[in-house]
Amino acid sequence: MEQVRIHTLAVLVDNCAGVLSQVTRLFSRKGYNIESLAVGTTDEPSTSRITIEVRTDDQRAMLLCNQLRKLLPVYSVKLLEEDNEIRRELVLIKVAAEDSERRNQVIQIANIFRASIIDVSQTTLTLAVIGAERKTEAIQKLLAEFGILEMVRTGMVALERGAHTINEDTKEKDEFDYGKNVL
Amino acid sequence: MQIQGSKILMECLLEQGVDTIFGYPGGAIIVVYDELYRYKNKIRHILTSHEQGASHAADGYARSTGKVGVCFATSGPGATNLTTGIATAYLDSSPVVFITCNVAEPLIGKDSFQEVDMIGISMPITKSNFLVKSADRLADTIREAFAVARSGRPGPVLVDILKNATTESANYEPLSLEEHATHGSLAMLIHRASHDFQEPEPNSADLDKLGEMIAGAKRPMLICGGGVVLSRAQEEFTAFAEKLDAPTAFTVMGCGGIRGRHPLATGMIGMHGSRASNMACAACDLLIAVGCRFSDRVALDTKSFAKQAKIVQIDIDRSEIDKNVPTAHHIIGDAKSVVKRMLKRVTQHDNREWKEQVFAYPTEPQYSLTGDTLNPRQICDACSRLAPEDAIIATDVGQHQMWCCQNFKFDYPGQLITSGGFGTMGFGLGAAIGAKIGNPEKTVIHMTGDGSFRMNCNELATVEYYKLPIITIIFNNNTLGMVRQWQGLTLGRRFSQTTLAGRGPDFVKLAEAYGLSGSRVKTAEELEKALKKALKCRHGYIIECAISIDEMVRPMVNDGCPIDRFLMD
Repeated sequence: MEQVRIHTLAVLVDNCAGVLSQVTRLFSRKGYNIESLAVGTTDEPSTSRITIEVRTDDQRAMLLCNQLRKLLPVYSVKLLEEDNEIRRELVLIKVAAEDSERRNQVIQIANIFRASIIDVSQTTLTLAVIGAERKTEAIQKLLAEFGILEMVRTGMVALERGAHTINEDTKEKDEFDYGKNVL
Repeated sequence: MQIQGSKILMECLLEQGVDTIFGYPGGAIIVVYDELYRYKNKIRHILTSHEQGASHAADGYARSTGKVGVCFATSGPGATNLTTGIATAYLDSSPVVFITCNVAEPLIGKDSFQEVDMIGISMPITKSNFLVKSADRLADTIREAFAVARSGRPGPVLVDILKNATTESANYEPLSLEEHATHGSLAMLIHRASHDFQEPEPNSADLDKLGEMIAGAKRPMLICGGGVVLSRAQEEFTAFAEKLDAPTAFTVMGCGGIRGRHPLATGMIGMHGSRASNMACAACDLLIAVGCRFSDRVALDTKSFAKQAKIVQIDIDRSEIDKNVPTAHHIIGDAKSVVKRMLKRVTQHDNREWKEQVFAYPTEPQYSLTGDTLNPRQICDACSRLAPEDAIIATDVGQHQMWCCQNFKFDYPGQLITSGGFGTMGFGLGAAIGAKIGNPEKTVIHMTGDGSFRMNCNELATVEYYKLPIITIIFNNNTLGMVRQWQGLTLGRRFSQTTLAGRGPDFVKLAEAYGLSGSRVKTAEELEKALKKALKCRHGYIIECAISIDEMVRPMVNDGCPIDRFLMD
């Protein structure tokens, strides 16, 4: 059994109805729990990019990619390498801050983490922080002492470092296109 | 021109050259059937007893003709009755376009009468599926659906059309099949592809590498998988095997990919594979599998599978590579085009010693012919001897299916129609109907077991109505034989719920009830007589063959065991 760890999959898809359920279905079918999922359109409005994080071993991650590549609306899939990826997620946290002393303490923490205060009320502050899990978990831990009223994560998004992109034509991509060859 | 959606559908089917549809009408699809009434001179509709029968018939039609099968059903239960048929086609990569209609758009999502989310249901069992909400999307979608079903690795496609799309009018411009690729969504698909869609070339460096591997091999072996049959590559594949002088095994789906009587054919491989095939697999030093995905019934124990060999996989579907068995090399492409190109890269080999080693083992099961009851071998032999050589054999699933694969010598791709991947009991009769409709000049024999036959024997009504002279041969052992075999071998002979004795029906009376004829036979002579009668008969005929309840499929390797460790001979 190979080592189980978090893998990041970048999936470029046709922005059509049902594509997200086609993609996520594969994960539940194979019994993997999706740790994180983020979807949005790209610079080309007809294509969306899905970033999926899944906990599994290397071999199974590769098989998952292969199953994804088989889907008709999937253009390409890239399994990002741990030491060659940039991962970020946006977290919004609403913290209880009933008096000015507490508000100041929260603002100080926000400054240290370069988080921004995006909403204030008489009794609360809402922070937005961007980072990978080490940073967001650290601020979350500190803010827990004040009382987190609610929070939300966007899900991790990731790109490969350097000049390489998901849009490149590779021999492997070519091979996958054969099976769905449409003529 | 502005025409009604239902008419657009008919015109699009004609564009594809469709002249036969299998199906069953209903409320949501009623307008399509109304249109079909007007097109009845151009498109023949075969009405089955049940949607499942229609789905298998369209599948059998596709497998036996190489064309795309078409199946209609209405919304709700009509559509869900197709699911087993869709999954059967999916697992065996059979090109079928399933067209269902759904309730009209204003009723969607309201749990309306006969409403079901067919797109959601069919997602895991189709190559692709499409929802058509308006008539203006119909033509483009149907064109894409057929292209997807038939191209690359073929497979079933489902198009769910909302009822309003069949009643409203939209602009329709006729387009010949050749022009489809340059229009609409197909043009977009092709635009984004990274290779030439018309003539995809296998990678020449990959071909060269295989050439080198072959040159260095001393004990090469070939596996003929379903891909060879789908690509109708018998000629090229056989020439390849001959040039390599390599023992060649076939899978259930690969039957007919190389002639069963070919001197290099070692018989079937896998759980019920021949000794020659399985022993060769364990001893070879180069294993080239063409269009074979190493399913668990073929590879059994994936860790020890062909452990002395470098494994090379030739497949059109990249996601099959390394899925079940890790390989040393792969080539992506259509079986026919890859093998054809390989022929130019290999010299004539002579592997006399290696062949002697392999063919020292039997290539087919060994039967003792001493019992008083008919044995499965005799039944298959009688059919081979008396029926025309090119007779199509459609089977159900279970012991009889394995006996057919082992004992018949299939001559050409598409001669055996069987549910290999999904193992659908009740597949055979519908499939035989489809095969007969698609090949009216050929004899079609439906081989079945008493368990399988009871599942969908309602299609006898279809056989009778359309006067299809299909011969049904029932291997009646009064049990669900394959399950019983496992119970006997691995579960202490506790035959839980598998004995069918006393559960009827009287198959000969059943045949008569449907307006057909039938015979019950117990000996080889009776069988021969009945078979001769059936072959002359112009309508459907049932022959019920009594065989022993304890008859087993031999040889057998247990699930998950090394391929050369036989549980029994």
